[in-house]
Amino acid sequence: MAHIRLPEGLQGIRGPMAFRPETAKPLNELAEVLLHAPNSLTPGARELIATYVSSLNDCYFCQTVHGAIAAAHLDGDEDLVKRVKADFRYADIPDKLKALLVIAGKVQRGGKHVTAADVDEARKAGASDIEIHDAVLIAAAFCMYNRYVDGLATWQPQDEELYRQRGKKTAQEGYVAMSQEYLPQS
Amino acid sequence: MPHIDLPQHLPGISAAFAFRPETAKPMRELAHVLLHEPNSLAAADRELIATYVSSLNDCHFCQASHGAAAACHLGDAGVVASVKADPAQAPISEKLRRLLNIAAKVQRGGKHVTAADVQAARDCGATDVEIHDTVLIAAAFCMYNRYVDGLATWQPRDDAAYAQMGEHLAREGYRTSSQHPRSEVESSAT
Repeated sequence: MAHIRLPEGLQGIRGPMAFRPETAKPLNELAEVLLHAPNSLTPGARELIATYVSSLNDCYFCQTVHGAIAAAHLDGDEDLVKRVKADFRYADIPDKLKALLVIAGKVQRGGKHVTAADVDEARKAGASDIEIHDAVLIAAAFCMYNRYVDGLATWQPQDEELYRQRGKKTAQEGYVAMSQEYLPQS
Repeated sequence: MPHIDLPQHLPGISAAFAFRPETAKPMRELAHVLLHEPNSLAAADRELIATYVSSLNDCHFCQASHGAAAACHLGDAGVVASVKADPAQAPISEKLRRLLNIAAKVQRGGKHVTAADVQAARDCGATDVEIHDTVLIAAAFCMYNRYVDGLATWQPRDDAAYAQMGEHLAREGYRTSSQHPRSEVESSAT
């Protein structure tokens, strides 16, 4: 049971977002810019960073839904998502993304863990300053979203097909458009 | 030195905001709603929660700037120091003490918050919105702190710089930069 009285029937972050639309708006806009808006990093790569950090934070809802969104961007390759979560060093992904995942993993432990050498590695693999910035902020933001979802003990049904369908739709439409499904319309 | 080529002379998160205005906008808006807009929790209490979580995350810029904002709301820097040292001994309301306990659990990880922690806050009069906002302030500062330190931003060490920032934050909130008039920052960033 959730720690506070959240609207019923809404999974994960949707419950607290519908409960407090004033904060839901910037939370969705931040996810939209970081994960969905055009970027030199593909949406698939950005969703993999979000999924990986959510799995380090042990947040079932976030890692499952963002894993599903990542898979939807990657031609349905759910196996690749699993490999990134299990050990990205051996996953079939570009070296640049591996270097950004190293940085994201450090951010998850705490910002000061990121070293100049980590950033150099990413740069050598072709990462730009904006890409490094976005990897840091995606990782930091999921240290927020994950704590928000678990800190309120939201309802997180273990239903892979639900997340698969939601993932396809979110990959297509983005976060702000999807929020119309559960936010009161003004 | 910052890990990426951030605008010089802007401290802490201001440099990262100027570097990437697209993400700055919702991040400023979130802080404004959580910390500055009218709320049954006093702005000082909300800034104390932000300061406390930032000190647990060992982020100098965030604990100094939000500590200064809290001190400005309270007219007293002593309470801020005592909350950071030990909320159990600080001269604050029992309700705020319970909310700080929840915030500390969130800082360690969302699953650390127990039904008993929430009940204890409720027994002191905390509402569902206040509990929600406490959890989200704590979670949000686990983001802001990591953002500021993860990019190795420049963080001044002199207290005077933060006193000025704190005054701006307490008075104006978070929609505009505490560093420059709004127009300057937006034109230099875009």
